[in-house]
Amino acid sequence: MKKVSNRHPNFAIFAFSLALSLLVSTSLIAQDDAAAAATTEAAAPAGDGSPCGPGDVAKGKQLFNQNCAACHALERRMTGPALAGVATRLSEDEGLDCDWLYSWIRNSAGMIASGDAYANRIYNEYNQAAMTAFPTLSDQDINDILAYVEAPPPAPVAAAATAGAEGGKADSGGISNELILGALTLVFALLVMMLFLVNRTLRRIAEANGVVLEKEKAEKGLPIWKAFAQNQFLVLVTVIFLMLSAAYFAYGWFMQVGVDQGYAPIQPIHYSHKIHAGDNGIDCKYCHSSARVSKHSGIPSLNVCMNCHKSIYEYKGNPEGPSAEDLAMGYTNEFYTGEIKKLYEAVGWDEETQSYANEPKPVEWVRIHNLPDFAYFNHSQHVTVGQIECQTCHGPVEEMEIMYQYSPLTMGWCVNCHRETNVQMEGNDYYEKIHEELAKKYGVEKVTAAQMGGLECGKCHY
Amino acid sequence: MASNKKYWKSEAELTPGNSIVEQLRQNEFPEEIPVDDFLGDKQELASSQTSRRDFLKYVGFSTAAASLAACEGPVHKSIPYVVQPERIVPGVANYYATSIADGFDFASILVKTREGRPIKIERNKEAGFKGDSNARIQASVLSLYDSTRLQGPRNAEGDVDWDVLDASVKARLAAMASGGKKVALLTQTYASPSTNRLVAQFSEKYGNVTHVTYDAISEDAALNAYQAKYGDRALADYDFSKADVIVSFGADILGDWQGGGFDGGYAKGRVPANGKMSRHIQFESNMTLSGANADKRVPLTPAQQKVALAQLFARLNGMSAGGELPEKAAAAVEQAAAAIRAAGRKAVVVSGLQDQDAQAVVLAINEMLGSEAFQPESPRYVRQGNTAALQQLIADMQAGNVGMLLMDGVDPLYTLPNAAEFAEALGKVDLSVAFATNRTDTAEACTFAAASSHFLESWGDAQFKKGHYSLMQPVIRQLFDTRQFQQCLLSWSGEEQSWYDFIRETWEGSILAGADWNQALHDGFFAASMDADPQEAAAAQTDKEQESEAEEPASVGSIAAAVRRLAGATQDGMSLVLYSKVGMGDGRQAGNPWLQEFPDPITRVSWDNYLTVSKKDAQELGLVNEYVANGGLDGSYANVTVNGVTVSNVPVIIQPGQAEGTFGLAFGYGRKTGLKADMQTGVNAFPLYQGFDTAQGVTIEKAAGMHEFACIQLQKTLMGRGDIIKETTLEIFNTKDAAEWNHVPQVSLNHNEVPATTVDLWEPFDRSVGHHFNMSIDLNSCTGCGACVIACHAENNVPVVGKKEIRLSRDMHWLRIDRYYSSEDTFEEDNIKKDGFSGAMESKRGFEEMEDPAANPQVAFQPVMCQHCNHAPCETVCPVAATAHSRQGHNHMAYNRCVGTRYCANNCPYKVRRFNWFLYNDNDEFDYHMNNDLGKMVLNPDVNVRSRGVMEKCSWCIQMTQKTILDAKREGRPVKDEEFQTACSNACSTGAIVFGDINDPESEVSKLKADDRMYHLLEHVGTQPNVFYQVKVRNTDEA
Repeated sequence: MKKVSNRHPNFAIFAFSLALSLLVSTSLIAQDDAAAAATTEAAAPAGDGSPCGPGDVAKGKQLFNQNCAACHALERRMTGPALAGVATRLSEDEGLDCDWLYSWIRNSAGMIASGDAYANRIYNEYNQAAMTAFPTLSDQDINDILAYVEAPPPAPVAAAATAGAEGGKADSGGISNELILGALTLVFALLVMMLFLVNRTLRRIAEANGVVLEKEKAEKGLPIWKAFAQNQFLVLVTVIFLMLSAAYFAYGWFMQVGVDQGYAPIQPIHYSHKIHAGDNGIDCKYCHSSARVSKHSGIPSLNVCMNCHKSIYEYKGNPEGPSAEDLAMGYTNEFYTGEIKKLYEAVGWDEETQSYANEPKPVEWVRIHNLPDFAYFNHSQHVTVGQIECQTCHGPVEEMEIMYQYSPLTMGWCVNCHRETNVQMEGNDYYEKIHEELAKKYGVEKVTAAQMGGLECGKCHY
Repeated sequence: MASNKKYWKSEAELTPGNSIVEQLRQNEFPEEIPVDDFLGDKQELASSQTSRRDFLKYVGFSTAAASLAACEGPVHKSIPYVVQPERIVPGVANYYATSIADGFDFASILVKTREGRPIKIERNKEAGFKGDSNARIQASVLSLYDSTRLQGPRNAEGDVDWDVLDASVKARLAAMASGGKKVALLTQTYASPSTNRLVAQFSEKYGNVTHVTYDAISEDAALNAYQAKYGDRALADYDFSKADVIVSFGADILGDWQGGGFDGGYAKGRVPANGKMSRHIQFESNMTLSGANADKRVPLTPAQQKVALAQLFARLNGMSAGGELPEKAAAAVEQAAAAIRAAGRKAVVVSGLQDQDAQAVVLAINEMLGSEAFQPESPRYVRQGNTAALQQLIADMQAGNVGMLLMDGVDPLYTLPNAAEFAEALGKVDLSVAFATNRTDTAEACTFAAASSHFLESWGDAQFKKGHYSLMQPVIRQLFDTRQFQQCLLSWSGEEQSWYDFIRETWEGSILAGADWNQALHDGFFAASMDADPQEAAAAQTDKEQESEAEEPASVGSIAAAVRRLAGATQDGMSLVLYSKVGMGDGRQAGNPWLQEFPDPITRVSWDNYLTVSKKDAQELGLVNEYVANGGLDGSYANVTVNGVTVSNVPVIIQPGQAEGTFGLAFGYGRKTGLKADMQTGVNAFPLYQGFDTAQGVTIEKAAGMHEFACIQLQKTLMGRGDIIKETTLEIFNTKDAAEWNHVPQVSLNHNEVPATTVDLWEPFDRSVGHHFNMSIDLNSCTGCGACVIACHAENNVPVVGKKEIRLSRDMHWLRIDRYYSSEDTFEEDNIKKDGFSGAMESKRGFEEMEDPAANPQVAFQPVMCQHCNHAPCETVCPVAATAHSRQGHNHMAYNRCVGTRYCANNCPYKVRRFNWFLYNDNDEFDYHMNNDLGKMVLNPDVNVRSRGVMEKCSWCIQMTQKTILDAKREGRPVKDEEFQTACSNACSTGAIVFGDINDPESEVSKLKADDRMYHLLEHVGTQPNVFYQVKVRNTDEA
């Protein structure tokens, strides 16, 4: 894994923009409006295809997502069987009517216990995973769900077409940009050439006319560098200035050695914190659970990923589809789905049989935050006791497509925070007596970590 | 003036005109240097691809590339679990209760694991019995990560598969079913109910099976005596906390006597409470820990001890026994008898003499006294070796009657006095298998060396004493391809069952009596209620009474005979008394660098065993100890001969307190097989252990040469410096004011004498808020055992530096236990002598005299670690502020800030700072496990591994106090007093080290700080240490 060197982001941006402005003239802001075509979903009409009676497809979809989607998909075997056309299938293949379905959904365990043949068959086929009972669903609710699952699933053709169109659009956008750039460069080159030619012609004419150019006259005077070299004071000031600035920059350079702020290595699996913590609003400590109790925040073990990714086997993106920005980076739905497959590969999950059938291959993440060994840091002290938001040190993780080191993680940075941050003492019995005494001693209500001894060497170095 | 001497290198030079010599004189390289071979071919050189300029280019490029690459930080990988075990949270330690039962050490312990790696052993404080630890138990975790362990089964050709071993054993068993030969099991003491059942089951299946238990250091005499009296092959248990008078005849009750672990109870009675403490009288030959802690110590030869015991018995019974004793000893016996009579049921007599008569007499005395400390009804099973059965087995093997010999946990070729005989007999066994964790002599000589699992990787159980059971559970999966003996035995009996299921079956069947298995496994021990069936117990009681009544006349008669035999004991010439060191035991952990470097509490010598000699005998034999210029201690060599067996070149230590005419030598050293070169230290004493008697007639003669010792402490005596170790007698303690026996030093302020504590050069530092830690060390209950030293090693990643470095005084122990002898018979006399000096000349001469300890000195132990001074002298001299004080009382040390000037060590009045001279953790020169990946697994991840060039010292285990505080904060509650611990206070079985918060007025340490006995080390220096000591009180009153 190559480390992305990002130590002088400002300089890099500056140099890049300089090069760009030299290369391209000003009028290149002709950016096309990236109006993402909202793929309007074909509004499904109230279906009447369900054999159990009419139902509301929209309501059925909502109910399905609430109650069933954790274990069932429409077209795909998951923890439970695929449900598309389930009522029809049951009545046609097994001769089971809607009443069977109603009672199965409301109390599957009871049916298995009663010795119902098909109930037991399906129970054994799916590794004896008991289905949750839904006694609260009314007949009409079930009809709604069945109407949704009976309705022909949203045409995959349309989705493919949209995806294709998107791809095409992205491609065409790229080509046109390049074309414009090329044309402009050509025009610019022509202009430069013309200018040069004109200049040469004029000069030749002037020579022919015997005109002496101003510039050549001036050469007879004292050259400016000689004048500078003769002024000793100026030389001294310049030398001092140069030395000071060299020292300043050298100091700055040395101080950043070992500081990896902005370090954003390429990871074996492209894990997007933006999607998980931002779009889906998953709490940090759901996955990094040991941050609450341990010194390590812990990289989640893969079984934690599989809690959700057993059911989330493909990335569907925002309802509006991927933004132009994402597309430019190649973050298409297929790309993300491919990353989920990498997870399955690592954890040894076989999608066909829905089981951990393969040899697991643990993921070798590249560690981003590296405190030196001689510094002791404890997450739980800060997260649980200090009630500090993860973002205080790790930055806007919920916006990070690629995780990077937000803070410098230097001792000065730690110490500053300890000086400024008040200790969370309210409601913690441990601090009760200490707070009382400290408040008396300093005559203040709030006490900073530093006043509690948080700047002592031995608190972090032992 | 120039010499005319002719120097010559070779005889040939003496012959004039020798052509070869002439040639050599002219030509340095007589053979042609083949320059042309590599430079001759001009054409090839010219056509070579690499020109000089190319070469320079490559050099320049690679230098630039290397420096550029160095600018990049290293890339660290993080590999999380695929499926994280529920109980493992990275960064949080788990504790498991298990037991050690390796045949020599038996204890209930807790094992601290981090991310699945056992890293530390703690006492199981809840286990009512044997919940203590010693140095060896503390260190046993390092033996798990020994790279020299057997990593799979082997035979003479090399590594083999377990399948091959299994098949051979099964084939042999099948073949033997018809033949007349028998299967023999030769094992360590297990004290395991499940193993007993397993062996019984195995015997039942194969019929002709004998099981012989063998202890390398035997307690045969005591076992036989107990068996003769009570019928069970066991050892009587003693609870010394219930004894007011303890009289010991050669029993090292604070060492390994009868399985050890008596120190906790002993120390309870040693702290003066309500003006009372126990009185301990010790008759012994070697200076042992028990003798060092005794109130009165009488040095006697083993034969004299027997006479003394006989006389004591006689006096208590109003009879008289014969035998000759020195005058002082006779008086001591008289005093002991008087003390015992006065104490009645509160007295106890013990003996470590390997003599069945002596053991029988001791049992008789205790029973006669009705001693409360004596508990024969719940005997210990931690030693079961039977030497008679062993000799019978060897005879059977010689006769060719043994078809198969299975051994586990024993190394007879190293530990048997008649090892050669055993080796010969072993050759006559058709198939022999030895289970061992390391290569041993025995395992090498067997058909198969079976790699056995370490106890931390094993299942097991033990019955330490009657009614008290412990469980052993694995805390890590087998690191190597190893198996347990029991598991193999189970599969060889044709059982499919796992050893775990077998144990569980045993427990649920006959031990737990309905109690929960999981609870027992969680606790690590199970105490069966002894009064479960009162009727049965009562019946047994009456039976016993009847029995004893019935046997009374016979037993009285036999005791009288035993006393007569004891009284007649004599020893011509000199005696050798063999013993085991608290650091090494019987030598099964000789490959453990922590234990090798552990300084012996008495002699302070590490990395060696040696012959201890009294000063008088040394003079007679011409044996010397001397100090050399670099501060090292050298000693003469001696040849030790017992019954024609000679162990030669045994280094000699002159030991104050060694009984004249006796010599001491420790077991456990001198092993060669399976040990790294550095661990092959000392000499093997087992060949001298003839007839399994620790006392032997011996002849000693001086051998040539001097041995270089690695001795930690060269200052032997206190020389009357009463402000280092303060001590007093019980009488003074009870009757006089504290100011008299715990004198606060005075300093001069404005020409007035004022107490040193009132003068302060420094601005006081407010520590009134939050925690302020203090530590109390009670010199009365500290026995000097050194468990804390090893616990400190394990907790704080303290490196082992090796014998050579120790000799250069570069030891790394953060915690040392100083041992001081008095130069007169008592410390009190030292003080009187010192105070009596007048004039410079006299005091110079006097102090020189006081450097030599007395022939039978008083001994005091003093653990010293960083004193965590409130006004620390080290802090003021550090040029980079790497060491600083904290408001919690710690003296911090920031290693990453230290530049290694060592000013702090120079300015420390307590000499507790250690300089890290080498990169011990990654250095092949220091091959003490820390330099390989396996050995590094024992490191505590919460503590830095220090690098070369920094100063290090005791941190008061700040990682532990910080964790305790954090746990409380997280749970939102105040910290409970007993939660604050350090590694040493946690490891201390005797409660000598107490750590806590003095801002909590209810804490134990606050109360101890207010105690009259409290004093600080070198109080007059004004450092205001946060460690304080309790004045040692000796119960020397003659009762």
